[in-house]
Amino acid sequence: MGGMTIAEKILFQKTGRRVQPGDIVIAPVDGLMATDTTAPGALRAFEKMGGQRVWAPEKCALVIDHAAPAPNERIANLHRLMRDFAHQQGIRLFEIGEGICHQVMVEQGYVRPGYLFIGADSHTPTYGALNAFACGVGATDLAAVMLTGKIWLKTPATLRIRCRGRLRADATPKDLILYLTGKVGISGATYMSVEFEGEVFEAMSLAGRLCVANMTAEMGAKTGFVHPRGLQLPYPFEAVEPDATAQYAKTIEVDVGELPPQVAAPESPDNVHPIDRYAGTPVHYGFIGTCGNGRLEDLHVAARILRGKRLPQGVRLVIAPASRSVLLEAMLDGTAHALVEAGATLITPGCGPCVGSHEGIPADGETVISAANRNFRGRMGNPRAKIFLASPATVAASVLAGCIAPPPPEAVP
Amino acid sequence: MNALLRGRAHVYGDNIDTDRIIPGKYTKTLDAQALAEHVLEDLDPDFRRRVQQGDFVVAGDNFGCGSSREQAPIALQTAGVAAVVARYFARIFFRNAINIGLPVLEIPDHDIADGDELEVDLSSGRVHNRTTGKTYEARPLPDVMLRILQSGGLVNHLRIHKTF
Ligand code: SF4
Repeated sequence: MGGMTIAEKILFQKTGRRVQPGDIVIAPVDGLMATDTTAPGALRAFEKMGGQRVWAPEKCALVIDHAAPAPNERIANLHRLMRDFAHQQGIRLFEIGEGICHQVMVEQGYVRPGYLFIGADSHTPTYGALNAFACGVGATDLAAVMLTGKIWLKTPATLRIRCRGRLRADATPKDLILYLTGKVGISGATYMSVEFEGEVFEAMSLAGRLCVANMTAEMGAKTGFVHPRGLQLPYPFEAVEPDATAQYAKTIEVDVGELPPQVAAPESPDNVHPIDRYAGTPVHYGFIGTCGNGRLEDLHVAARILRGKRLPQGVRLVIAPASRSVLLEAMLDGTAHALVEAGATLITPGCGPCVGSHEGIPADGETVISAANRNFRGRMGNPRAKIFLASPATVAASVLAGCIAPPPPEAVP
Repeated sequence: MNALLRGRAHVYGDNIDTDRIIPGKYTKTLDAQALAEHVLEDLDPDFRRRVQQGDFVVAGDNFGCGSSREQAPIALQTAGVAAVVARYFARIFFRNAINIGLPVLEIPDHDIADGDELEVDLSSGRVHNRTTGKTYEARPLPDVMLRILQSGGLVNHLRIHKTF
């Protein structure tokens, strides 16, 4: 028997069983999370299952982030349902304005290296940046985990993506993961685990790693890992590394040294092209935020481009910090001031307009340049708007120019 | 679970994402009927009017990619869809559908056309196309999924069996 991939090793640590891809395991989990899109259904399913008490309140979190603050009475009542349940069960509820689930779970230490973590949200593989086996499920699956503390999983085969070289000065982790998503395709890693390795990741910040792992969801992956070499966290941890003899379903080797900034054109996150192809396309609306790119260093890059400038007439920029602590930092260090002065609109830390719930729906025929991770038709609430995905640097440069434009290289750290 | 289903196929292409099945702006509700009102509306505004109770949605690759919203299979089921056939499914959609008791059948090489009359035998995973006379075999489900589907979904399964 060969060695183990990271996914196989974590399932082995959880179950005590050597697993092969395709093996079904029932594994104990280390934590779970649900949002205001998924929690209401999960709570109802939990009750219908006969659930009285959740298996471990301290390992559960509910986050109000997708439509926060509530834009209407229907959603307000769903939020109340979550608050009541959290109160009854002694579960931590993250309130409106505390941030996006995936940022809050990382900041608050709910997810750590080696964990098996289940989130009722498709971008749960984001925690692969932290070397955790993290997997997204729907509401009923989550209810079952809340009740039993366990989940059934099919052991995923692993796709290895090896990158050679370092990024150019004007390319960011978002450009890299957009490029790789274009290469692998929107279903190229369906049911699989993805492992990223290469020196480009070793020097990457936690924010960059989170941005990379985040988009494994756009490859259809079950979970994904950035190789933990070089990972720095504010607490001691033991990293789970793949064995040298691990068996991969497939290995893709990619040179990234010459990679220019990338955009994903409508209407799929794998419709990825070098920015030149679309440079000059007029944009009406820029958005910086989300579990992909709403972190402090993303706001820093935007501020570096926008400080002292003014958005042109007819172009707007909406910024949703990924969490309250990101917002606080951005307020303290002057970033928020620079952005708002340039004409950006700062909104509640949370998902914002990413999924079209509220806070900035584009109009018919408008073009959006967004630092989010999905651009499916109708994603931001209007099927007649077009969404391009890009790095925060490209979004900032584009709103300033009024059309899709590459960032000045000196703006990217 | 009714083992033998008969209905008409509504055929769509590859990579039908969850935003097309039910746009995110409608998902924040526990009212299944409200979801069904908007099912597939950006993809096929007529679907809601044409679908008959017991019909099938049939698709190509990667049906249900995108978000984790269980509202997607719930919207289809509530609109009357009895089962979904695809070449293959996105993984969260696949789990969610089984969990709410909506049968999903993976048939990698099907060539079902829009409007074909299908007969689906859930116990054997066999799909008979009454229009063309062809028969297809769906990929078998893992035992744990079969047990969940036979209980009518994960809620019933856990209520009865207390474990997977
Ligand atoms: S920011 Fe967007 S992609 Fe991330 S969890 Fe929120 S809605 Fe989903």
